[in-house]
Amino acid sequence: MTGAIVGDFAKWLAATALSHTIQTAGWVIPALQTIHILGIAVLFFSAVIVDLRLWRVLQRDVPLNDVAGRFLPVIWPVVLILLVTGGLLIIGEPRRSLLNTTFYLKMALLALAIVLTVALQWSLSSAPEFWEKNQGGRIAARVAATLSILVWCSIIFAGRWIAYTQVG
Amino acid sequence: MLHLKDVIAFLEDNSLADAIRENDLLFPLIESVHVLAICLVVGSIMAVDLRLLGLAWIKRPVSAVTRGILPLTWGAFAVAVASGFLMFISNATKYLGNGFFVAKLCLIAAAGANMLVFHFISARDQPRWDNQARLPLTARLAGGISVLLWIAVVACGRWIGFTMEPG
Repeated sequence: MTGAIVGDFAKWLAATALSHTIQTAGWVIPALQTIHILGIAVLFFSAVIVDLRLWRVLQRDVPLNDVAGRFLPVIWPVVLILLVTGGLLIIGEPRRSLLNTTFYLKMALLALAIVLTVALQWSLSSAPEFWEKNQGGRIAARVAATLSILVWCSIIFAGRWIAYTQVG
Repeated sequence: MLHLKDVIAFLEDNSLADAIRENDLLFPLIESVHVLAICLVVGSIMAVDLRLLGLAWIKRPVSAVTRGILPLTWGAFAVAVASGFLMFISNATKYLGNGFFVAKLCLIAAAGANMLVFHFISARDQPRWDNQARLPLTARLAGGISVLLWIAVVACGRWIGFTMEPG
């Protein structure tokens, strides 16, 4: 039932003028994908550098809330760029993603990553001392950082896997 | 005398290259690791470039910015080269015949040359401007060129996927 509705929607989307434009100009899809990957590069690096600071691997001489305040806010405008370029890619090739389980897995992981990053950003700006004042806080920092890296990596893996799991 | 043809044959005709070529899972797996590594390489380099351009983190000395970021860049670059090499040997002949692949390698070499020029020539008097927000023109130029080159590297990488003949 849901599958049929999504299938009809993908069909309708593929018939729109915008979709037609994206499909017929050969350079549009690789160009959108290039912008999409550049956005992921900025976002992923920003998340990872904060995670590595939580692990005390890099940026040890900078206070934790300074590193978080420098890099985490970068993530949100980039997420917007990724939603726009990703949205245009869906409009160009609706069946590739909308009829693809990997795409929904990627979106679920993205929702998780956003919740995790919002929580991390909030806690790093409101109570930065929690993460470093005792053994428990330092362990919590490493758990949060590891989880963040794993979720963002999974999103990138799922993104690449969409190309290999599309139907028809 | 060893010819390029022999080198390519040596790279392509072995069990590792066969495995990557034939196994349905291995190539996408290596490709995903490659994308992951490239994202860290490009993201981290752009952060340094923005500092050189005077657009971000200008209160922090350049040397402190590079010290806190470049170890990640080099680690990720090693992973990107290794995973890229594995994809390359799975189909060396076709990659070498692809203009975007060759362009990508040239652009990476150019980015490397830009970095060497900055490191060994422009940065010789770095202690003088390390703390400044607005850096000398040579340093800003190095940052600007680097941003453009890495954007072009990513674009070429993506275009390879659309222009490689199947098989």
